[in-house]
Amino acid sequence: MTLLQIENLAIDLTRGAQTHRLVSDASWQLDAGQTLAVVGESGSGKSLTALAVMGLLADELTPAAGHILFDGKDLLTATDDELRQLRGPQIAMVFQEPMTSLNPVKTIGYQLTEGMRHHLGFSAKQAKARALDLLEQVGISDAKRRLKQYPHHFSGGMRQRVMIAIALACKPRLILADEPTTALDVTIQAQILSLLSRLCSEQGVGLVLITHNLGIVARHARRVVVMYAGSVVEAADARQLYRAPKHPYTHGLLSSVPRMDTRKGSKLLPIQGAPPDPFDVLRGCRFNPRCQHATDKCLTDKPLIDHMAVHAVACWNQLDTPLDHTLNRPISNNASGETRNP
Amino acid sequence: MGIYLIRRLFGAVLVMLAVATLVFFMLRIVPGDPIAAMLADAGGPEEVAILKQKMGLDQPLVVQYFKWISNMFQGDLGSSIYGSRQPVTQILLEALPRTMSLAFISFVIALVIGIPAGIISAMRRNTPTDTAVSMFAFLGLSMPDFWLGILLIIVFAANLQWLPAIGYVPMSEGLWAWFSHLILPSIAVGTAFSAIIARMIRSSLLEVLRADYMRTAASKGLPVKALMLNHAFPNAMIPVITVIGIAFALLISGAVVVENVFAIKGLGRVLINGILNRDYPVVQGAVLVVSAFFVFSNLLVDVLYGVIDPRIRLS
Repeated sequence: MTLLQIENLAIDLTRGAQTHRLVSDASWQLDAGQTLAVVGESGSGKSLTALAVMGLLADELTPAAGHILFDGKDLLTATDDELRQLRGPQIAMVFQEPMTSLNPVKTIGYQLTEGMRHHLGFSAKQAKARALDLLEQVGISDAKRRLKQYPHHFSGGMRQRVMIAIALACKPRLILADEPTTALDVTIQAQILSLLSRLCSEQGVGLVLITHNLGIVARHARRVVVMYAGSVVEAADARQLYRAPKHPYTHGLLSSVPRMDTRKGSKLLPIQGAPPDPFDVLRGCRFNPRCQHATDKCLTDKPLIDHMAVHAVACWNQLDTPLDHTLNRPISNNASGETRNP
Repeated sequence: MGIYLIRRLFGAVLVMLAVATLVFFMLRIVPGDPIAAMLADAGGPEEVAILKQKMGLDQPLVVQYFKWISNMFQGDLGSSIYGSRQPVTQILLEALPRTMSLAFISFVIALVIGIPAGIISAMRRNTPTDTAVSMFAFLGLSMPDFWLGILLIIVFAANLQWLPAIGYVPMSEGLWAWFSHLILPSIAVGTAFSAIIARMIRSSLLEVLRADYMRTAASKGLPVKALMLNHAFPNAMIPVITVIGIAFALLISGAVVVENVFAIKGLGRVLINGILNRDYPVVQGAVLVVSAFFVFSNLLVDVLYGVIDPRIRLS
């Protein structure tokens, strides 16, 4: 059953009299209890999309087109009150910066229980009992003492565990995790991600994992959506996407991630150039200035994507060869012109 | 916390002692002395010598100093060198309630106007309401308090005759009598501070509202009131507390000026008359009291910090 469906979402930035489209035509969907990864580099619009779902976009940002259907109800037409009812008990969010995402002057216990008391009508005692339980679930020992402490007593990893506990507090059906591990030490990134992923699947919570790191989501997400410059460029099942990315951008992303099994001596291939300035008007495919496979058509016509397809791609020149991860290049494609190391 | 407080109190005493010392010697450096002020041109050298001896001014400065300090620790600040030779403690005790009343009511006015004004203008940023508050704050800051006092007297006392123009009535003679005499001077003193506080709260709140933890709180689906009161306000108050603490001490000095406009015989009057007459003990005593205000309101601010902000709570 579809839990969240985003259809042709566009988000505009209004600055003075000018309007810029930061997200255009974003579409993806998530079934209840499933995990979806939304991947893209900074500025690709993945975080904005998540904030739009929460109804927490900054004042100067407005959803300009499309629909966000949660359980069949369009969140873009919902009132503030209706959205407040959803936030917490239906949709929760884990943010990128655990160091600044907790209120420094409130105890962990307060921040963990206030949602339950407000939405679920828990008494202080009930809320505290559940808070203790939640802290244990996220792997924080000595929970009783921890509840009385303040955020500054916690390390970054611990704070992110607390954020996960807060997100789970009101038993939501969907958690949006916006780069939940980016700000953490590499050593605990995997721990936190596994924890989040495990708790969500155990409790039947749908999870949208937003990240710029294709590598880390491989294990956790069944389906992956790749965003570039405000649009979805490719969406496929994780295995399929990793094995045979069809969009040159996805291909580039995968080739720039170091892997344990990369053959010694083969180079990581960075994607040349930078994402387009959202304020520039660019015709055709927005990836074309950086694309090695760009043709004349790419400069003039915007490639469309069939969101219903199992493996959806927005590209005129889709790659059709599987990726050899050990060499960071397509298995039989020598057209790229990169020198091959012995 | 206990040890910390004791340490701070000890420090406060040291600061006041330093102030006392400084004032003592500075007064002696100032040209003119009490004898000259008293006798004007009337007495000859003999009378001067007699008076000096009578007041202990013929002794070496260091002796005078230690005598004053040791008396001070016994609660004796000396006596005025004029007229009935009233004890300084008695003069101060008479003046203090007036200045304190004035400062307290000014403080309350500053908070009652400043805090809501700041919150409203932060929440309605860039609306006509916000602009109106900013205009008011600008005006309030720009007006000298004594001038505002004179305006208030002209409008509310002389023309409308709603409130008494000058003087002070102790609380024992009726709450309203006491209060009505203080309204105009308190507005004169408090307006500038309400403007400072409103501006501080506005900018502090605007910064807090952009913070990540406010987004987290909003993501919990809490009502706006809970967001503002439980999450934004305590954080926004941290920098404001500093200003309020300093403001409270400054209110005392503001009161000193405004007291003269409203003919309230408070600390300001005592201080100014004392300085004009070179009445050493009175000036020394009055400055000591004012410095105590500064020192203790700072101490209070530091303790309040710990209450509001757990990060600097003292173990």
